[in-house]
Amino acid sequence: MTNITAVDEPSGPRPSKGFNPKRIVIYGIIIVAAMYYLLPLYVMITTSLKGLPEIRVGNIFAPPLEIITIEPWVKAWTSACTGLTCEGLAPGFWNSVKITVPSTIISVLVAAVSGYALVNWRFKGSEFFFTCLLLGSFIPYQVMLYPMVMITAQLKIFGTLWAVILVHTVFGMPILVLLFRNYFASLPQELFKAARVDGAGFWRIFIQIMVPMSLPIFAVAIILQVTGIWNDFLFGVVFAGTQNYPMTVQLNNIVNSTQGVREYNVNMAATILTAAVPLLVYFVSGKWFVRGIAAGAVKG
Amino acid sequence: MQSSVSIKDVSLNFGSVPVLQHLDLEVGQGEFIVLLGPSGCGKSTLLNCIAGLLDVSGGQIFIGGKNVTWAEPKDRGIGMVFQSYALYPQMTVERNLSFGLRVAGMPKDEINKRVKRAAEILQLEPFLQRKPANLSGGQRQRVAIGRALVRDVDVFLFDEPLSNLDAKLRSDLRVEIKRLHQRLKNTMIYVTHDQIEALTLADRIAVMKNGIIQQLADPHTIYNKPVNLYVAGFIGSPQMNMLEGTLNGTTFTTDDGTVIPVGNYAFTAPATGSAKAVLGVRPEHIVMGEEAASMPYSTDVEIEIVEPMGSDTLAWTKIAGKPVTFRCDSDVVISTGQKVRVGFDPARGSIFNAETTNRL
Ligand SMILES: Nc1ncnc2c1ncn2[C@@H]1O[C@H](COP(=O)(O)OP(=O)(O)OP(=O)(O)O)[C@@H](O)[C@H]1O
Ligand SMILES: [Mg+2]
Repeated sequence: MTNITAVDEPSGPRPSKGFNPKRIVIYGIIIVAAMYYLLPLYVMITTSLKGLPEIRVGNIFAPPLEIITIEPWVKAWTSACTGLTCEGLAPGFWNSVKITVPSTIISVLVAAVSGYALVNWRFKGSEFFFTCLLLGSFIPYQVMLYPMVMITAQLKIFGTLWAVILVHTVFGMPILVLLFRNYFASLPQELFKAARVDGAGFWRIFIQIMVPMSLPIFAVAIILQVTGIWNDFLFGVVFAGTQNYPMTVQLNNIVNSTQGVREYNVNMAATILTAAVPLLVYFVSGKWFVRGIAAGAVKG
Repeated sequence: MQSSVSIKDVSLNFGSVPVLQHLDLEVGQGEFIVLLGPSGCGKSTLLNCIAGLLDVSGGQIFIGGKNVTWAEPKDRGIGMVFQSYALYPQMTVERNLSFGLRVAGMPKDEINKRVKRAAEILQLEPFLQRKPANLSGGQRQRVAIGRALVRDVDVFLFDEPLSNLDAKLRSDLRVEIKRLHQRLKNTMIYVTHDQIEALTLADRIAVMKNGIIQQLADPHTIYNKPVNLYVAGFIGSPQMNMLEGTLNGTTFTTDDGTVIPVGNYAFTAPATGSAKAVLGVRPEHIVMGEEAASMPYSTDVEIEIVEPMGSDTLAWTKIAGKPVTFRCDSDVVISTGQKVRVGFDPARGSIFNAETTNRL
């Protein structure tokens, strides 16, 4: 029967410190930062739910007081004027899907195979090839814009979806190949050797050994490409042709249209709709993204 | 003996750095060869060349009488076990074992039969459905061995398979590998830098340094008759005692004038003239007390340090002004400062030319 006399001797779980000045400062900064980023979103959402008369009152921070309407959202999606036609953002949305999906799939697959080949199947000049790719990532897009126009024109795909897809795939290559190369280089070489001894060839090792081990880096690559391509404006405007304009271009046309009254609520709704896809991607995949980045970082 | 693996004049350079230089090695059918050497001497490189994972810069490699210099790894009839196990992390043990067979397109029941047999030999049956991440180091290494086993190859290549394991497991698995070799009678080429592993497992040991095989012989010869100073110093723990001096006919005079008669030493060539030389004596060949008096050479020394090792005791002293260690029975009472008579028989030692470092 021991008497526990020394009460203040450390024992068991460490007591939590509760609120101390350091915590208050940290939380304060976090809250201010969060408000700074969330306020514009709040303004956009509230404005998109207001009617035009209420907007004209001018108090942009006020919540919708008169009526809450989804009319602006419907209009933005189906009937806002995007230049000559007034069909809303819907066609642009589908164009963006038609651009983003194939571009992402093609670029990620090509980059994964290239990265794998660069690490595990060193060929003559593979270092040179890699250096060229690296240099490629430092050249500003604008420099290559006109040559790309010429090339797509030569290929007779200028002004089609194929042109945008090709351009996105090409321009995504340097960063994606670098990403995959570094990841594959961080996997143990002996694994690859063991598979060779087991008789597996180039594709079998890639598909059955490498890909299952690199899902986090695939997630990172897909997120990078989906958001990057979805948010692209320049290549869409230049290469797609009017009937294939992606959502970003059509959003610009709605917001910057000079005829009639400025429908702020419709503009806001259209903007949120356009941003919804990348936003959703980040929400769903945030954890994967961090894990993939961390995996790459920890393993060098 | 029919040769199973034969390496003829193989060289390998990484860029301009030569790693293997004109290396020759004949491995007999069913032989257990250990490649022993310090880190970076090219052991793994040689093994990778045999496996076909590295292209040689020159020379030829024959396995089972077939020239495989340009053959793919899978066509060489070899299985390989790596230091880091290199198990496919997303596959179960069973699928790890069967991967090579599935690649080869073998019928299902044959695959099952072989996996079952390998699992039984290596006592892996309880783990067949587990992923490698859920296995201990020893179990993982057994799976790696099993992967080579199922392929029914003629030649096993091991690249430091035990060096990631703790001491206890290492000695357990060492015995298992020896048992496996006795059961399967395959040719095995085993890389290690652990001399105990080399001495216990090998039929023959190849001691390597800088991509050159220094000596290729059975463990007894390597230990007792090292061909040069490097091998003598590399093998044996604690190290062989080295006394420097001059050899004149059959007398060895140390640098401080002590005369040691070496008349009964078996010279490789009849001794002529006088030359700088090194006399090497293993710690366990130096005896103490009455026994010492009957040795061709004996002297009175003072004990400086005593290290009890459990099975025996290691004592440090000085002979001819040089620090020398010797082993004695752990039951012998011996203490620092004690004066004892020690002696040895130079016939059991080794004499090297000090300039060429070769055995005389
Ligand atoms: N890919 C490579 N490029 C250049 N040099 C290399 C390469 N691989 C190995 N080397 C060099 O070749 C030499 C032999 O390497 P190897 O891996 O065969 O050594 P090892 O004897 O297996 O050593 P350890 O016991 O540490 O495994 C080393 O000096 C190493 O630096
Ligand atoms: Mg090695």
